[in-house]
Amino acid sequence: MLTLTLLEPPTVPLEAEVLSPDVLAPLSHAEVRALPVYHGKRRLRLDEFFEVEGDGSDHVTLHGDLGRVRWVGRKMTRGHITIHGPVGMHLGAHMRGGHIEVHGSAADWVGGEMAGGTIHVRGDAGGQVGSAYRGSVSGMSGGTILVEGAAGIEVGMRMRRGLIAVRGPVRDFAGLQMKGGTLVLMSGAELRAGAWMTRGTIISLKPLRLLPTFGLACDYAPAFLRLYARHLAGLGFPLPADGSYHRFTGDAAVPGKGEVLQWQPHPA
Amino acid sequence: MLRITGGTVYDPANGVHGEVRDVCIAGGKVVAAVEGGRTIDASGMVVFPGGVDVHTHVAGAALNFARGLIPEQHRKAVPVVHSKLRRAGLGGVTPTTFATGYLYAGMGWTTVNEAAVPVLSAKHTHEELRDTPIVDKTCCVLMANNELLLDLLEAGEYERARDVLAWLVWAAKAYGVKAVNPGGVAAWKWGKDAKRLSDPVEGYGKMTPGTIVAALARMVDDLHLPHPLHLHCNSLGNPGNVDVTLETMKVLEGNRAHLAHLQYHAYGGDDWGTIRSEAVAVADAFNANPNLTADAGAVLFGNTVTITADGPWQHLLFQLTGKKWANLDVENETGCGVVPYAYKPGSPANAVQWAVGLELLLLITDPWRIYLTTDHPNGAPFWRYPEIIRLLMDRDYRREQLNTIPGAVHSRLVLPELTREYTLSEIAVITSAGPARALGLPHKGHLGVGADADVAIFNVDKDPARMFAYPRYVIKGGEVVIEEGELRQVVEGRSFAVRPAYDEAVEAYLRPVFQQQYTMSFDNYPVGPDRVHGLEVVGPATQAGREPGEPGA
Repeated sequence: MLTLTLLEPPTVPLEAEVLSPDVLAPLSHAEVRALPVYHGKRRLRLDEFFEVEGDGSDHVTLHGDLGRVRWVGRKMTRGHITIHGPVGMHLGAHMRGGHIEVHGSAADWVGGEMAGGTIHVRGDAGGQVGSAYRGSVSGMSGGTILVEGAAGIEVGMRMRRGLIAVRGPVRDFAGLQMKGGTLVLMSGAELRAGAWMTRGTIISLKPLRLLPTFGLACDYAPAFLRLYARHLAGLGFPLPADGSYHRFTGDAAVPGKGEVLQWQPHPA
Repeated sequence: MLRITGGTVYDPANGVHGEVRDVCIAGGKVVAAVEGGRTIDASGMVVFPGGVDVHTHVAGAALNFARGLIPEQHRKAVPVVHSKLRRAGLGGVTPTTFATGYLYAGMGWTTVNEAAVPVLSAKHTHEELRDTPIVDKTCCVLMANNELLLDLLEAGEYERARDVLAWLVWAAKAYGVKAVNPGGVAAWKWGKDAKRLSDPVEGYGKMTPGTIVAALARMVDDLHLPHPLHLHCNSLGNPGNVDVTLETMKVLEGNRAHLAHLQYHAYGGDDWGTIRSEAVAVADAFNANPNLTADAGAVLFGNTVTITADGPWQHLLFQLTGKKWANLDVENETGCGVVPYAYKPGSPANAVQWAVGLELLLLITDPWRIYLTTDHPNGAPFWRYPEIIRLLMDRDYRREQLNTIPGAVHSRLVLPELTREYTLSEIAVITSAGPARALGLPHKGHLGVGADADVAIFNVDKDPARMFAYPRYVIKGGEVVIEEGELRQVVEGRSFAVRPAYDEAVEAYLRPVFQQQYTMSFDNYPVGPDRVHGLEVVGPATQAGREPGEPGA
């Protein structure tokens, strides 16, 4: 068990991709303290910013206001990171395995281009959750991101596989240019959900103001969803047992074969 | 002063093919002898004249557009970390300006020709070239779809068109004239194309690609420009385009031309499913036309980005890939397209492209007329040249690589039958002596007395790819820039431009036409000589029509 407590919030962003079980696990206490972090352009030691308790471990706990600490869990493949407090951008970017639990809010780019593992944010998340970085062809290609609070714009942008579930409201462009995977919106989303989507599924429990390039295909209760709902319920995101779903297809502007399933309380 | 002793010198321009001799340097030039000064012991090493890239895209609006379009590739690129010597930057498929200079020099290349510059973005290009250190620079200005020129040719005013061309070359502070898909880009602005040499060019009555090619080649020769017309033929990349390439050689009627990235112009077949190599037909015709030089435009498998003034082709490539596409319309002068691309060994079409580049290098018998390029970054980034050198020098390795492409493609190639292996001397020709001669730079590409002291010294290595990727020493203009494989000093490069002769009265003709047709003021159009860093003006060559393959210095 390794516990790191931020001494005080850094004045400019601290780039700390060393805060990953893959890097930390094999190291001694002294080696952990000496790891390099970038404070702006300056390369400094980890222990200039964190109080370090314990030796390197697959179980890492972070405490403090980490809102300006970036790249926590970058490229991790195993282990657990537990964060008590807010955390900065790029949490779990490119991660391939393991588990990140945030008891607080996370900034933009949670799980950017992740391929596996789980990120659970108890508070709000910023924009671009599970998204492709600028210019990349695809975003997350596997894994699970769960957000208990609200999320920002472009959630699941260009995602190709995996699951994102958001309990709170989501802002514009949810599932932008989505290529696959599943995006569950428990409280709906603002404008232009699914814009440019070619494949994949957006499930919304609240009515969406869809683009005119989405067409209503049918109203039904998808068989697969009963199975999928069991998986989601296990993650703490239960879908309603009653009602049916409007199935919209789009985005015809691309043209795409994505589906938006919008829950209807009573069969139409 | 510097003396390089004990090295095995390859200086094919002066008939030196692997002799142990000294190279003496003073005042940035090769001299007969020096007294005192530093000595580099090159015993057991190989000494080459610095590399010359006859066709590359390293600066300007189009390349910058490509840089902006592919952040995902920059994230994977090798960073150049800031140090006292170096500016920060990135490698990758479109290296940043400073990194471009470090990477070329780090490979022993000391002169580059930026092959496609519209006059309208010449200022931008020169500013980027200024930030491309170490290497010396020339650039070619795009002419074959310039509407001012085409209007004059349409009206039959050859002399005035030639004066306009000469004026534009000097206005851009360019070194040579580039033609890209002559007429085709102009036609595309009307939603058409002109793929064959006799196709009409939309918007004109008499113009065809053939007439444009012939007129431009004649003008370049009439003006005695040191570098022949730098020609990107019509129908680039299309299956079955070999006919157009062969026809182009005829249309030139003996005028000089440099056929750029010939690989992209040597395909048979009817479509992407049947595309095959026509390298034999192209090489045979090329061998029989001593007025021509060419560069390979070879392809290596991997990720890259394609950039060309050939707008219509890029639109087609975008439709084939379905990924990203950027298009630039350069007013009256040219078009431009950018499409990221990955060459895959499993793709039969890509496999043919990969093979054709090597086939042309192996089938064209005179190494003085075919040069090593990848049409950077179109076929592969320039820093992968050493991989091509290995493919040329090692037929066993070539055979091994042939096994990575689909076996069914082999019957559409001649590469499996080719056993030629390049010698070190021939490598020195295709990477340095030949392109220097084609560019008409008499002080480049050799180590004779009076030559610029641009020298690359390599450890001998069984693997030519490793040998040519990491020179032990690189000397640029007499300064040691790479030592023990590390950057030790950064010098600034020079820029060569040509001032051809033209009737000054042409400005009086151009001004009103220009003011009517362009969005910028005529007075702001030319690049002032003071804006080109390290400018050296070269007069037109004294002898026109010199045989490009002529041996001797």
